[in-house]
Amino acid sequence: MSLYTAETRRLGKRRFTKFLLGGVILVLIAIAVGMFFTNEKNTPATIAAAQAKADSEFQAAVRQSATDKQTCVAAQGTPDASNWPTNCDDVYQPQTSDFQAAWYMPATFDFREQFPNMITALAAIVAVAAFVIGASFVGAEWASGGMMNLLLWRPRRLQVLSTKIGALLSLLTGFTIVLMAAWTGVFALIANLRGSLDTMTSGAWQSIVLMELRGLALVLVAGAVGFGLASIGRHTAVAMGVAVGVVVLLQFGLYIVLAMANVRFAEVVLATSWATAWMDKTVTITDWNSCNFSGNNGCEPNTLDLTWHAAGGGLIALLVVVVGIAMWTMRSRDIT
Amino acid sequence: MSAVLEIAGLQKTYRSRKGVRKALDGFDMVVEAGQVHGFLGPNGSGKTTTLRTLLGLIRPNGGRMSILGREVPQALPEVAGSVGAIVESPQFFGNFSAQDTLSLLADAGGVPRTRVFEVLELVGLRDRSKDRVKTYSLGMKQRLAVASALLKNPKLLILDEPANGLDPGGIREMRGLMAGLAESGMTVLLSSHILGEIQLICDSVTIIAAGRRVAAGSVAEVLATHASTSLRVRLEAVSDLTSSAAALRDAGAQVVVEPDHLMVSGLAQPSAVTRTLAERGVYVSELSPVTADLESVFLELTGTAPVQGENRQVDQTVMSGTAPAQSGGWGR
Repeated sequence: MSLYTAETRRLGKRRFTKFLLGGVILVLIAIAVGMFFTNEKNTPATIAAAQAKADSEFQAAVRQSATDKQTCVAAQGTPDASNWPTNCDDVYQPQTSDFQAAWYMPATFDFREQFPNMITALAAIVAVAAFVIGASFVGAEWASGGMMNLLLWRPRRLQVLSTKIGALLSLLTGFTIVLMAAWTGVFALIANLRGSLDTMTSGAWQSIVLMELRGLALVLVAGAVGFGLASIGRHTAVAMGVAVGVVVLLQFGLYIVLAMANVRFAEVVLATSWATAWMDKTVTITDWNSCNFSGNNGCEPNTLDLTWHAAGGGLIALLVVVVGIAMWTMRSRDIT
Repeated sequence: MSAVLEIAGLQKTYRSRKGVRKALDGFDMVVEAGQVHGFLGPNGSGKTTTLRTLLGLIRPNGGRMSILGREVPQALPEVAGSVGAIVESPQFFGNFSAQDTLSLLADAGGVPRTRVFEVLELVGLRDRSKDRVKTYSLGMKQRLAVASALLKNPKLLILDEPANGLDPGGIREMRGLMAGLAESGMTVLLSSHILGEIQLICDSVTIIAAGRRVAAGSVAEVLATHASTSLRVRLEAVSDLTSSAAALRDAGAQVVVEPDHLMVSGLAQPSAVTRTLAERGVYVSELSPVTADLESVFLELTGTAPVQGENRQVDQTVMSGTAPAQSGGWGR
C-alpha cells in the first residue's frame, strides 16, 4: 500500500500530468463555452421570428417564380427559350412545406440528440491525454533512472510495474468520472438554458450513463496501452513513435491502399471506426460499389455492422497483448 | 567476523550479433561485517555488472550470491530493506526536489519521512532540499544519491563511485562519512577509481579485471603480496646505465632502464646491486627503495598501466585471453 501511495503521489506531482490534465480541462471548457454561445433556446419569440422568416422567404420565392414564368413565356420563340422549360407551367412553384420555420430557427441544444456526441468528444480527448500521460509516467522513470532506483528499494519487478499501472488507472478513473459528471452537468445546464432537456427519459439517462462508462473504458485502455508501450521500449518516445506509426502508416496508409484497390469495407482498418462502434454501440460501413437491386427499394449497397461487442473484444485484446508484453519484458530483461 | 556479502563463481555473459562477451567470468568476493571494502577494477572490468547483479537488476548466468546470509536474488525482497545502494551515476527525475525524491522513496520503502531530513542534513543538502534536482551539480546529485542509499539506515551500503563529481572538500567529507558509518557498524562496499581514497579508508579490497578476481584481502595484504619491492639506482655516469642493466640482469634482477636511472627488482638484498656494479668498476650515487602504493599494484595486477606510444583499449587488460583466474570457493 505504501508503494501505491508513493506512486500516486509521484504521478500527481509530475508537472507534465498537471499541464496535460489542465490542458484537457481548458479544451473542454472552450467546447462548452462554444456550444453555449452557438445555441439558443426556442422561445415563442424565436419561433415567431423563424415563422415570419419562413413566410417571407416563401413569399419571395413565389414572386420570383411568377417573374420566372413571365420571362419564360416571353422567351418562347426566341433564342433565350432554351434556358427555360418547354412548358412554362413546369417552372418551379414554391410550396409552403419547402420553407419550414424549423429551418430558420437558431441552433438549439437538444440534450438527447446531441449530448452523445459530446461524450464521444470528451472520451476521445481524455483518451489521447491518458495515452500520453501513461507513456510519460513510466517512460520518464525508465529514462531518468528512477525505475532502477525504485527497484533497489522494491526488488519485486512485477509488483512495482503493476502498482505503477494501478496508480495510473486509479488517477485516470477518478479524473474521468469527475470530468464526465461535470461534463454532463454543464451540458444539462446548457440544454436547460440554450436548448431542451424535455425528451430525456429515465431510459435515455441510463443510455447516457452506459455510454459514459464505455468512454471511461476507452480512456483506461488508452492509458494502459501508452504505459505498456513506453515500458516495453523503456522510453516515452517509443510509445509516441508507435502511436504515430500506427496512425500514419497502418491507419491512413493502409486505408488509402485498400481504398485504391477497391477492397470492400476498407474502413474496418481505421481505429476511429472501432472507437465509434464502441461508443455508439454500432457503426455501419457501406460498400458504395455494390448494388443489391430490388423492385421496391432500387439499388441498395452492401453494409457491414461493427458492433460494440466486437470493438470491446478488440480493446481487451489490445490491452492484454500490450500490458502482457510489458510485464513479461519487465520480468525477464536485464536493467542496465 | 561474519561475511555480510559473499559472491562465488558469478558469471554473466552478454550475447549479441557481434558475438559473446563474458562480463563476469567466475567472479568471487567476500565482504566482512563492519568493514569498508574497496571494489576496484578498470573500466569495463565488471564492477557495475557485479553490483547490478547483486542487487537483482541483472540476471546472472551462474554462480551464487548472498547478502546478510540470505541467498540472492531469491531473498532480495527480504534483505532489500537492509541494503542501501547507488549504482553508477546518480539518476533522478530532474523536476522533483531532493525532498520530494527522498520522500517518495521513503513512502515506497515504508521509511518514516523524518528520516528524509536526517539524511539531507547528513549529506549537506539541507538548505537546497527544496530545489529541483535538475539545478544540482554532479556533486550535489552524488550527495543526493548517497542520501537515498542511507535513507533505509542500511546494514550494508553499496556505493558505486560515490566521490564522482565531488570537490576536494566533498571527497574529504565523504571519507569522514564512510569512516563514521563503518564505526557505527555499517558495512560499506565502495567502488571507486580514486585509489588513494580507497587506500585511506578501506579495510580490505577486491580487485577485478576482465570479470575475474585478481586480488583480494586487506589493503596491507594486497600490497605485501603483489607489490614487488624495487630499487631506484642512480650511477655516477649515465653512460654506464646500459652495461650496468645487463650486469644486474645477469645477476638475476629485473631491470627497467629509465633515462637517468635504473629501476631494479627481484634481488634479495640491495647490497647485491652495489656488489655487482662495484665488481665492474661502476659506482652508485643513489640507491633508494621505492614503496609501492595501491595504484601501482592495481595497474600491475590489471595490466592497465599506460605505455608510451600505445593506446590501450577498454577491454585490454592483463587478464584478456588468459586462462580462468583463481577460483575462490563459497565463503572464502
